[in-house]
Amino acid sequence: MTELTYRQALNDTLRAELTRDENVYLIGEEIGVFEGSYKITAGLLKEFGPKRVVDTPISEEGFTGVAIGSAMLGLRPVVEIMTLNFSLIAIDQIVNHAAKMYGMFGGRVKVPLVIRTPGGGGQQLAATHSQNLEVWYAHIPGLKVVAPSNPADAKALLTAAIRDDDPVLFLENLGLYNTKGDVPDGEQVAEIGRAAIAREGTDLTVVSYSRGVVTALEVAEQLAGEGISIEVVDLRSLRPLDRVTFCESVKKTSRAVVFEDDMLSYGVGAEISATIGEAVFDWLDAPVRRVAAAEVPLPYAKPLELAAMPDAAALTKVIRETLAASGYRK
Amino acid sequence: MADTRRPAGARRTAKQGGDSAETLRGYYEQMVLVREFELRASEMYARAKIGGYCHLNLGEEATVVGLLAALRDTDYLFTTYRDHGYALVRGMEPGAVMAELFGKTTGVVGGRGGSMHMFDADLRMLGGYGIVGGQIPPATGAAFAIDYRSKAGKNAEAVMCLMGDATTNIGAFHESLNLAGLWKLPIVYVIVNNRLGMGTPVELASAEPDLYKRGSAYRIPGVRVDGDDPVAVRDAAIAALDKARADRQPSILETMSFRLKGHSVVDPARYRSKEDNEEAQANDPVPAFRNRLLKAGALDEKTADGIHDAIEKRVTDAVDFADASPDPSPSELFDAVYATPVANESRAYPGDPVTTVESVAS
Ligand SMILES: Cc1ncc(C[n+]2csc(CCOP(=O)(O)OP(=O)(O)O)c2C)c(N)n1
Ligand SMILES: [Mg+2]
Repeated sequence: MTELTYRQALNDTLRAELTRDENVYLIGEEIGVFEGSYKITAGLLKEFGPKRVVDTPISEEGFTGVAIGSAMLGLRPVVEIMTLNFSLIAIDQIVNHAAKMYGMFGGRVKVPLVIRTPGGGGQQLAATHSQNLEVWYAHIPGLKVVAPSNPADAKALLTAAIRDDDPVLFLENLGLYNTKGDVPDGEQVAEIGRAAIAREGTDLTVVSYSRGVVTALEVAEQLAGEGISIEVVDLRSLRPLDRVTFCESVKKTSRAVVFEDDMLSYGVGAEISATIGEAVFDWLDAPVRRVAAAEVPLPYAKPLELAAMPDAAALTKVIRETLAASGYRK
Repeated sequence: MADTRRPAGARRTAKQGGDSAETLRGYYEQMVLVREFELRASEMYARAKIGGYCHLNLGEEATVVGLLAALRDTDYLFTTYRDHGYALVRGMEPGAVMAELFGKTTGVVGGRGGSMHMFDADLRMLGGYGIVGGQIPPATGAAFAIDYRSKAGKNAEAVMCLMGDATTNIGAFHESLNLAGLWKLPIVYVIVNNRLGMGTPVELASAEPDLYKRGSAYRIPGVRVDGDDPVAVRDAAIAALDKARADRQPSILETMSFRLKGHSVVDPARYRSKEDNEEAQANDPVPAFRNRLLKAGALDEKTADGIHDAIEKRVTDAVDFADASPDPSPSELFDAVYATPVANESRAYPGDPVTTVESVAS
């Protein structure tokens, strides 16, 4: 085990995969000389040269499509899109092309592509630069969408994504890059499509992903001081969605709250909550609640941004309300 | 880096020396305003009064002033996230621009947009835009609206659409130019070439590094001008706008300048070589224009210092105004989502229940 930042775990993993397989290459804006907008690719150009670490012009649709085409011929591109917001410029290539090829061409061509990109608000970057659009991609069969919440998962899921033969959207988060955690040494390959129990508990299940898991764990720790036992499920993968893990958790706790960074309407929580309602309704002691972002173009001003984003206080409040609604007593 | 200062195709200034001392001093004053405002913004960022991204016009003062000297009140302006200088010179109050950076209710868009999103409908500055190239299709659409509503002529309206050098590599640029060329729209696409897109030099990003030529596939003519000379920029912009007004001939104007600092205030720009930095500093347009006016007798040291002091005071007042202005209240969060009131709009804060039994029952 080594304690690493989320950023360093990504950087190490990219280095390891570039070393392991010469078909792996990195492509994106400012990833080489500039070392990445968020410094995830720091040092890699120097180490692997411009053939393996390809700086591109600002042409998201073009270079994402180029990565897709090269993947059709067996290369394993790892695309960096500077932020999830800019993936909208490449969305046709991702959704209409990368996600469709395997199925539409009858399983005759694979697209082993990874798109790494950070989402998330909270940095006062205003409406166009703070979005959580992961659910757009999670809606699309043919894509895999993973969203690690900690450095160890960042490593194991990125390794898995690069070795996977399908297009994987690898969601990072601006608020996670500096977070630290223990990372197992040596090769680690996660199984995509599996959630994890990030903390065990008995009274209520909080389901979350990416940055939200960090907040959920903080809240769980806080409430543990009051004798309230929260189980935290880290989805890790939004598509495929591991329904069994959170349903089993709800069978144990009988209460669930979803904590998500995206919009409430049609969001990740809508899917989780509907699944719980369909699959384990009889175990529920209270309605499943969702804590999500306010549905506004995210304002720049700090007081408005804070009011719009789901936080620990909102999660704590909804956990308490859910416990109260079910007649919970310690 | 290749010297692109006097390239083939560069335009000679139309009427060098034809301007009154007063006009030139006015340009100098505006350049100083942009310079001082940006330096102060940088300072305020370091003091955490400003958050998010903050891109400055340092090194582009002559370009800002020259372009806007050419733009009439009836024309429309679309720009990028590097927009403070354009907001100021187009006529927004420095206090309101600073307040926007501070995220205050008195900001030009009430603190909702921040640094990248200056906007004033009355001044026909229809926005700073943070998505690279995002402004180009809407600017083309504004030209479409002008064409839709009015006839060409020397008093016609026109659109000026700004973008950075690196922005010419995005699809939206090429699609827009094709449409403007096809439909003969009254627009000038200004490429503010500061030689870098973040850390990438033009030659490493554009297969045609002579950016003013990039309209050739769409039969859109282009010229290149020294962006450190406000008079040259103005004259080239007037010529381009005239063609847009009178002939509905879209065109490209490429202005050559240097970015004096990092891409944004938090970028230390370590990727830039010593020579590159020295070249940029040597081409700082503000002292250059000052010296030029001093030499020409359009300005004396005392007047120049007076201008500087007066601007400093204006910028200080702007900071004081921004500081004293109120923060927006969380209760206003949903005040600007839809222009037309609509049933069932979500006004839930995080953690609010979406639907209560009572509201379903009632
Ligand atoms: C679609 C999109 N991709 C990437 C970015 C990130 N980004 C912001 S500014 C910039 C560089 C733009 O350079 P240039 O057009 O030369 O303008 P300058 O910043 O030099 O004024 C990049 C890559 C973005 N905002 N939007
Ligand atoms: Mg540039």
